[in-house]
Amino acid sequence: MQLDEFFVTGEPLIYGAMVSIALVTAAIIFILTYFKKWGWLWREWLTTVDHKKIGIMYIISALAMLFRGGMDALMMRIQLAFPGMNFLNAQHYDEVFTTHGTVMIIFMAMPFLIGLMNIVVPLQIGARDVAFPYLNAVSFWSFFFGAMLFNISFVIGGSPDAGWTSYTPLAGAAMSPGPGQNFYLLGLQLSGIGTLATGINFMVTILKMRAPGMKMFQMPIFSWSTLVTSFIIVFAFPILTVALALMTIDRIFGSQFFTLTGEGMPMMWTNLFWMWGHPEVYIVVLPAFGIFSEIISTFARKQLFGYKAMVWSMIVIAGLSFLVWVHHFFTMGMGAFVNSVFSISTMLIAVPTGVKIFNWLGTLYKGRIQLTTPMLWSLAFIPSFVIGGVTGVMLGMAATDYQYHNSYFLVAHFHYVLIAGTVFACFAGLVYWYPKMFGHKLNERIGKWSLWFFVIGFHVCFFPQYFVGLDGMPRRVFTIIPEWMPLNVISTVGAFGMGMGFAIFVYNIYYSLRYNEREKSGDSWDGRTLEWATPTPVPFYNFATVPHVEGLDAYLIMKEKGQTTFDEANLKPIHMPSNTGQPFIMMSIMFVASFGLVFEWLWMAIAGLIGVIVMMAFRSFDYNDGFYVKVDEIKRTERSARGL
Amino acid sequence: MKHRKQHLMKWLSLLPLGLILFLSGCSELTVLDPKGPVAQNQKDLIMFSIIFMLLIVIVVFVLFTYMVVKYRDRPGRGNKDYDPSLHGNTRLEILWTIIPLIIIVILSVPNVQTLYELEKPPESTSNKDPLVIYATSADWKWFFSYPEQDIETVNYLHIPTDRAIEFRMSSADSMQALWIPALGGQKYTMAGMETKLYLQADEPGMYKGRNSNFNGEGFTEQTFEVHAESEEAFSDWVNESQNEAPDLTQDKYDELLKPGLLNEMTFSSTHLQWVNHGTMADKDYAIKRHREAYKELLHLENGKEDGNNEH
Repeated sequence: MQLDEFFVTGEPLIYGAMVSIALVTAAIIFILTYFKKWGWLWREWLTTVDHKKIGIMYIISALAMLFRGGMDALMMRIQLAFPGMNFLNAQHYDEVFTTHGTVMIIFMAMPFLIGLMNIVVPLQIGARDVAFPYLNAVSFWSFFFGAMLFNISFVIGGSPDAGWTSYTPLAGAAMSPGPGQNFYLLGLQLSGIGTLATGINFMVTILKMRAPGMKMFQMPIFSWSTLVTSFIIVFAFPILTVALALMTIDRIFGSQFFTLTGEGMPMMWTNLFWMWGHPEVYIVVLPAFGIFSEIISTFARKQLFGYKAMVWSMIVIAGLSFLVWVHHFFTMGMGAFVNSVFSISTMLIAVPTGVKIFNWLGTLYKGRIQLTTPMLWSLAFIPSFVIGGVTGVMLGMAATDYQYHNSYFLVAHFHYVLIAGTVFACFAGLVYWYPKMFGHKLNERIGKWSLWFFVIGFHVCFFPQYFVGLDGMPRRVFTIIPEWMPLNVISTVGAFGMGMGFAIFVYNIYYSLRYNEREKSGDSWDGRTLEWATPTPVPFYNFATVPHVEGLDAYLIMKEKGQTTFDEANLKPIHMPSNTGQPFIMMSIMFVASFGLVFEWLWMAIAGLIGVIVMMAFRSFDYNDGFYVKVDEIKRTERSARGL
Repeated sequence: MKHRKQHLMKWLSLLPLGLILFLSGCSELTVLDPKGPVAQNQKDLIMFSIIFMLLIVIVVFVLFTYMVVKYRDRPGRGNKDYDPSLHGNTRLEILWTIIPLIIIVILSVPNVQTLYELEKPPESTSNKDPLVIYATSADWKWFFSYPEQDIETVNYLHIPTDRAIEFRMSSADSMQALWIPALGGQKYTMAGMETKLYLQADEPGMYKGRNSNFNGEGFTEQTFEVHAESEEAFSDWVNESQNEAPDLTQDKYDELLKPGLLNEMTFSSTHLQWVNHGTMADKDYAIKRHREAYKELLHLENGKEDGNNEH
């Protein structure tokens, strides 16, 4: 292979990207060396099994991916507002919308939420870590290296260009030759391993490691949403794993599962993809519901309205999410009966979702609403999500879906649910739990600026798209007819508003780090659940003494009784897992193996796989059981953290 | 307080007026400006559903505004109307489960009815046999074969008004979708199977049609024009095409199948004589002949496509 086939050449934008990647890498290496931080990086982060640090790494990576996906979005919006400029040609545009979709769903939304789960769930249920801390580190590094593999495609080898759905036969070897599509397959496969492991991990953690006394129906609602999500992950992700593996075998070894030749069934991919893909939508939206529920209840200063109904509606949504996948392709011609069945099952999802909306309104009712930044994000969510929801019901009506399908009406709908649902929740959750993570709040005034830019920009960007969709504008076109021009220009203005909001958000992180006052107590917002019972910064063992839980909103009850998680008389040594570099090393070898497979260099893939097996064998004979934190050390840590 | 309420009512009364203006503006949108019974059917259903959706939106928005305004932690409000122990209301919760269920039943009935209607030719012209057109998509062009008239066109259609058109659709290669928004919703075209779509134009005119399912580089340009005209004008066009257009040979057809963009063309015979992409036996017809060509880029830019240009 020639070097100019290996690197992407001929695009000034991409040369620019290469230079900036090289510069940033050099800068990072320089800073780490100059301040002698290599050891710190290895000891504190790369080898950590602490759920809080893993969560922080998830969120930092997800923010970087949000930046990348957002840049893709802005490039598309520039192209559509000024098609005459030829900012992107057809091929380049195809690559950009493909990576935008994949990055945002797989490498931004999910990791962001998994990051918040990592930080919050063990604290909320009174656990000292997740059930399998080593596996948790494996999960993170598999996501991280999967994301890296996918992201280098735009400078090395070329980006995938068959859409984030990668329908066959288009995505097959015949019509999408080269490494681009392989990057998609292996990037998703690699990070998918981590997601599946996370699902198992949290399922076990929540079922087995709750604080004594905490019944299932006394669990904080975010932990409930994580549990339900974990079940969806465990049932849905194997389908993706198999589908990706089949397409990889098709492309690299010449089998014919999804090809036009032989006995191939290209439509089978569409089915398998959405049998995973629809539950995936709920994987990213249920935790968001959980986050909003926590925040709305905290800042309405009221117990969540209809707690049981909230839990059951999530369970019903999770069940239904596996029964609606056909609505992504009503237009495939399955006939009136099949479409009727899936049409009705789709619309049924609106019922439990509606229940949730009204319960949030019920939580506000007779509350004492404090308009903090996380609360504003949550309040912005309700009306925005309702617009996305009702248009979802419209799309669910198969007979009219024939007119909405593949149009900007659809694009507007799923951005309304995914941004107003998931992205607002990510921002809300990050702002809300930020003091727990970093020991200081984000600045409220700057936070509100970023919120208003983002929320208004969001509506300006996506509301017009409903109408341009009804005017017949299909998705994924790189140039438009003059009739669609005005609405597209408005959309682009809105997109830049959102970009501005994100930029202000990032600036706020810097500003707050420098100027915001440090938290003195662990209870930054006068919280209701156990995460606020820990001091800030949270000691690595979380709870010096694990409280006995006596009801919903456990910390509220503790505060009334004057209890804390530091019962000096009852301290015992705490068993904690040891740090290990194995997950990082194993997944970096897996990265090498996947990279080899992307370029179909089998020697490299095989060598990498052997390396991974060796690492697994190594782990099997690893008898390190962790260590005990001594009572003295706990006392010292707690006393200094609590200012006693 | 009373003053504010009156103020609010004044604005609320403007809402229906705003809605009317808003919806009348929408009637310019292609999907909401149907030119045939199928699209009309779908538009009616869209409007029917929008009414219920707007109802839901209004209810939620009003309640939401009420809650946020009334229960905000204003200075001086203290603990008036504050009830932190309020944790649910079974009757209300049942109510807001049942009402959406009822709405879904109300929407499902016409939805299912329409779904079944769409599988048949429109009733308004059931006295005439539908005109059969084989629509074949290929990267990135459309072939329309009229078996009765023995005509094949590339990237344009002529159809008579007031007569149902039965599209028998398939694809030579990637999955695509035939969409003529002014006449009705879309359906996929796939290699190795045949899908059917009934459309009809009631008004003569020129409508835009396209592939709406992304299938690679030439996707954006994969459009065609639909000329809907009276029965007489249509038969004139048929006669003229049969007399003046050349025959379609298999060699010529194979060449046209090569991935790329094409101008409009007319032939006085159809490719159905030697290949029907809608059958399992022929699903690899195009890929076998052009495997290498699918790997090449067209380098399409806006307004200056290379190679065989459109018009």
